[in-house]
Amino acid sequence: MFPMELCNFSQSYISNVAKLQPMLTSGTYFMQGSEALAEAALAAGLRFFAGYPITPASEIAEHLAKELPKAGGITIQMEDEIASVAALIGAAWTGAKVMTATSGPGFSLMQENIGLAFMTETPMVITDMQRAGPSTGQATKCGQGDVMQARWGTHGDYTSIALAPNSVQEMFDLTIRAFNLAEKYRTPVILLGDEIIAHMRESITIPPKDSIEIIDRKKPKQGDTMFFGGDEVPPMPSVGEGFNVTVTGSTHNEYGIRITSDPVGHRKLVERLVAKIQNNVDKIVEVETYNTENCKVGIVSFGCTSRAVYEAAELANKKGIKTGFARLKTLWPFPEKQVKALAETAKTIIVPEMNLRQVFFEVKRVAEGTAEIVPLNKIGGGEMITPEEILAKITKESE
Amino acid sequence: MSAEFSAKTYLREIQPPFCAGCGAFTVMNTFLRAVHEMGHQDLRKFVFCSGIGCSSWIPSPHFKADTLHVTHGRSIAAATGVKLMQPDLNVVVFGGDGDIVGIGLSHLIHAARRNLDITVVMVNNMIYGMTGGQVAPTTPSKTFTTTTPYGNFERPLDASRLVISAGACYVARWTTTHIAQLKESFKTAINTKGFAFIEVISQCPTAFGRRAGFKDAGEMIQWFKTSSITIEEASKLSEEELKDKIVVGEFVKKEAPSLTETVYAVLKEAQKE
Repeated sequence: MFPMELCNFSQSYISNVAKLQPMLTSGTYFMQGSEALAEAALAAGLRFFAGYPITPASEIAEHLAKELPKAGGITIQMEDEIASVAALIGAAWTGAKVMTATSGPGFSLMQENIGLAFMTETPMVITDMQRAGPSTGQATKCGQGDVMQARWGTHGDYTSIALAPNSVQEMFDLTIRAFNLAEKYRTPVILLGDEIIAHMRESITIPPKDSIEIIDRKKPKQGDTMFFGGDEVPPMPSVGEGFNVTVTGSTHNEYGIRITSDPVGHRKLVERLVAKIQNNVDKIVEVETYNTENCKVGIVSFGCTSRAVYEAAELANKKGIKTGFARLKTLWPFPEKQVKALAETAKTIIVPEMNLRQVFFEVKRVAEGTAEIVPLNKIGGGEMITPEEILAKITKESE
Repeated sequence: MSAEFSAKTYLREIQPPFCAGCGAFTVMNTFLRAVHEMGHQDLRKFVFCSGIGCSSWIPSPHFKADTLHVTHGRSIAAATGVKLMQPDLNVVVFGGDGDIVGIGLSHLIHAARRNLDITVVMVNNMIYGMTGGQVAPTTPSKTFTTTTPYGNFERPLDASRLVISAGACYVARWTTTHIAQLKESFKTAINTKGFAFIEVISQCPTAFGRRAGFKDAGEMIQWFKTSSITIEEASKLSEEELKDKIVVGEFVKKEAPSLTETVYAVLKEAQKE
C-alpha cells in the first residue's frame, strides 16, 4: 500500500507528468553522442529507464538519472542486465515508454528477456554501444561485432529491428525513430551504436518540439479482448485498466492464454511476429545512398566506419574511380533492396567494418553473385578503418 | 465482505495443470479467500507476476486479473517495473523455490534490500517439479531426487532467514496445513508497506514425495503436521533439536520507508529544481 498523500498517482499523475516533459529548447548544441541519445529519449516520452553500469554506455544512464526524474520518470540501477530488461517489461505494461543502455557483455545478458519482449510484443528500446569483444574484450575500445547479435541474439524465431547511427545528430534522430518503431510495431528495437559515436562530441540541431513526430502504441477500446492477435499489430492495454491482460512468454492464443503444445497456434503466433516486421520492411528500412546509379565500386557500411567512407568515396571520385555507397541506417531488417540495387550497378562492393566479417556475409547473400564482394576488416585497440585504407582498397579493386 | 466466498469468482474456467494432491491448490484457494475477506470482489487492484515452474501457474492464466508470466526467476524484477510505475496497484509475485531462490535469488535479495512494496509468495515444494523432480536449493540433505540418485550432497537454503537479513518488512512461513494462519498472513503481506515475503512449505507428491519416501500427499501432510513448530517453541530448542523441524510463524513485522515512497520523494525533489 502506498501513502497517497505523497503524490497523485496513476492516470492523474501520468497526465500531469505529460505536461512536465522537459526537452532542450530547439537550437544548436555541442554535445556527446550519449547525451544526444538520452535527450532524444526524453523527447520521445521515455518514462522508465533500468540499466546496469557498463563502459561505454554508462553516460546514458548517468544523464537520465539526472534528467528523467524532472520529466516525472524513473531511472533505476538494477542488480544486473537480466533484471533491467525484466523491469522494462513490467514498466512497459503499465503504459510507460521504456529504455535501457548497455554494451556487448550486458547485451548478452539481456538476450533472455529481449526474447520475452519479442514474444509478449512489449515495446522497448535497447541501446547497445558496441565495444571490442567477445567477452570483456577491450572495454573502452570501439568494435562493431554485435551486428549478428542484434539480429539473432535470443533463441527462436523472430525478426528484429536495429538502427545504426553514425553521428551525434543521428544518435538523437534515430533514438526518436527507435521509440516510434517500438511503439508502432509493439516490439523491442535495438539502437546499435558504438563506442566512438557514444563518446564523441559534435554539434547537433535539436528541432522544435512540435516538429518531432511521436508515435504512441495503439490502445484497446473498451470491450476489446484480443491483445495478442487479430490485427497484425494488436492493441496493447496497460495493467490496472481492467482488461485482465494475460501476458506470457509461452506460446499463447490471441487472448494471451497459453497453448503449449498446439502446432497450429504456435505457427500462427510466431509467423505473425515475424510478418509484422517483414511486411513493413519498406517503411522501416532507411539507407543513405550516394552515386549508386553510376558507380564501378560500391561501399556498404554503417556506424562509425561509414564516416571514413564519405571521405574515401570523395577522394576516389576525384581520382576518377566512380565510387558510390549505401550507408545502412537500418541494419535489421537488412536493406536487401538497396544493397541489391547497388550490387547490380557496381562491379565490386567493399564492406568495411570493425569486426571479422558480419555485414559482409549479408551483402554477399543479397548480391547473389552480381558483384564481387570484398571485405575490409579491422579489430582491436579501437583503431578505426581510415579513409586512406578504404581508398587503397577502392584503388586496388578498380584496377 | 459481501457475498459468500467462491474461488470461481476470481478464476477463469481453465483446467489447472497441478497434479492430484498438489499444494498449489491450497495456496491458490487460501490466497483468494484472503483477498475476498479483504473486501475485493474482483482482482482489479492487483497485478500478478510469476516466472516459470508449477506455482507460477497459480495466478497465470487462472486469475481473472492482469498477470505477467515472465522468464524463469525474473518475476520479481518484472514486478519492480510494474510497482514503480503503478504504485497504487497491489503487486503480488507467485513462484516456486527454484524460481525465487534458485535462478532468481539475486532479484529476491535486491527487492528486499530496496524494500520494494510487493508481496512475494514462495511456494516451497523443495524440488524442481515441473521439469520432473530435480534437486533444488531447498531440497533437504540426503534426499533422493532425479539428479541426486545417491542422495542430495548439498545443504538447503533457509529462504525466510535470508530475506529477513536483506531487510524485508514482513516475513512469514507456514505449511499448507496452516490454512487459517496463511490466510491472515496474505492479508498482512498485502497491507504491508514495504517488502513482504511468505514462504509456504507445500507438498509435491509426484516429483518430491515419490522419491523421498512418501507414499502420497497425505503422508506429506502428516510430515508437515508433525514437524512444524512455532517460533516460540523453536526458541527453546537447540540447533541440533531443530534439525528436522519446520519452524513456522511470523518472523518479522516492521515498518520502514518503502522504495516507491523514497523514489517518488526524489521525483518531487527533482521537479522542484
